[in-house]
Amino acid sequence: MGIDMKKTKFYEVHKKFGAKIVDFAGYQMPVQYSSIIDEHKTVRTTVGVFDVSHMGEVFVRGKEALQFVQHITTNDAGKLVDGRVQYSAMCYEDGGIVDDLLVYKISDEEYLLVVNASNKDKDFQWMKKNNKFDVELFDESDEYSLLAVQGPQAMKVIQKITSEPIENLEYYHFLKTKVADVEMILSRTGYTGELGYELYFKGDESIAEKVWNTVFEAGEEFDIKPTGLGARDSLRLEMGYCLYGNDIDQSTNPLEAGLGWITKLKKGEFIGRDALLKVKEEGIKRKLVPITTDEKAFPRHGYEITLNGNKIGNVTSGTVSPILNKPIALGYVQKDYALEGNTVNFMIREKEIPAVIVKLPFVVK
Amino acid sequence: MIPNELKYTKDHEWIKVDGNTGIIGVTDYAQGELGDVVFVDIAEDLAEIKSGEAFGTIEAVKTVSDLYAPCDGKVIEVNTSLADDPQKINSDPYGEGWLIKIELTDTSQLDLLLDAEGYKAQIGE
Repeated sequence: MGIDMKKTKFYEVHKKFGAKIVDFAGYQMPVQYSSIIDEHKTVRTTVGVFDVSHMGEVFVRGKEALQFVQHITTNDAGKLVDGRVQYSAMCYEDGGIVDDLLVYKISDEEYLLVVNASNKDKDFQWMKKNNKFDVELFDESDEYSLLAVQGPQAMKVIQKITSEPIENLEYYHFLKTKVADVEMILSRTGYTGELGYELYFKGDESIAEKVWNTVFEAGEEFDIKPTGLGARDSLRLEMGYCLYGNDIDQSTNPLEAGLGWITKLKKGEFIGRDALLKVKEEGIKRKLVPITTDEKAFPRHGYEITLNGNKIGNVTSGTVSPILNKPIALGYVQKDYALEGNTVNFMIREKEIPAVIVKLPFVVK
Repeated sequence: MIPNELKYTKDHEWIKVDGNTGIIGVTDYAQGELGDVVFVDIAEDLAEIKSGEAFGTIEAVKTVSDLYAPCDGKVIEVNTSLADDPQKINSDPYGEGWLIKIELTDTSQLDLLLDAEGYKAQIGE
């Protein structure tokens, strides 16, 4: 175990709940409490709670906050109004992806960028290096705890512990309010495909435990459960959401990753735009596609995708869907073959397993 | 949970011997480390196993693991009920989660396996 592994402010709570702890992105994080499949089903049917405090929170403050965000991200932050959230990406000059992220518009002069734990130091350096604007950047990752309360009962749970009416808080909107008597950013976002909220708040272990306990007391009538990173991964994969390091990275561009919808080439200048315009003009060479099979097989990251004995791509994420009870995967496939309905093969331990390209999401909500 | 009457491999399989037949499975420790088992891949027509060689694989949500034979033997039965309910390996690793039944061809190989104490030491308990 690495001696430099960080702990979130919920570490002792996780141990109390019997979590299996793993090293992830420099943190000791709960991968599961009881069973990944049970936790997955909890989020799809009732409500589960994830500690995702390892995520990075960078605040952009200053007169040219919008200009900075527009320069560094691919989506059009100019469309945001106060209280709105946007899924976006940061690219290198060559169009490769630095990270995917959420952009929160707090005010004209303040934005919050929420980035992946595994990338946060790299991202912050990248932001500082590319800051030619009248803004200051603040990495407040260590100060913020982040809980994701996800599942069909999530609204009822949160409504019980805040006086703010949240019924009309729409998807990808947020509020600054008190929940469990603690000031926080209450955001209707998540990585599961379910109704859910993400709670960003500051404070020490005692504040963190107070929020956790209040959420669990409110959720008791709905059989609320703690849910780990294992279920978080299978939940996001059922929806086809990309995971940085698996499905997207420095060697992939957003257009081939199916993230054209967050790549606004017409919004004006941003880092990577020229390269991406060229990709668009020439056409992508490969495409990230959802693939499934009726065979009993487990496609995993890195496995080859073949057709007629030839390699045509690689699996980037795979699991067995706890809801469909069948294997699901994302993988890059050469453009010519990347069509819905096409049959391909997973290469699993030197055996070709017939599979078919489908469309997202795997699990329709 | 390490039953005294079983023999163990260092790869976390157990064998329960009765005369010259043996039942083979994976240990409670192994199922805990693997997490939820989703598939067990053992050829239905598996006829023979050889000590130390892989006779199948077990796919869990987090990882895939080979199954190693504790000794030589002729396969009498494969637990086909695992196809529909692989999580029996999680819920009852020493009972309903058994993998294969064999006829031992060389019972002296059993002396090379770990007893419960030895296995306990192996997994650091």
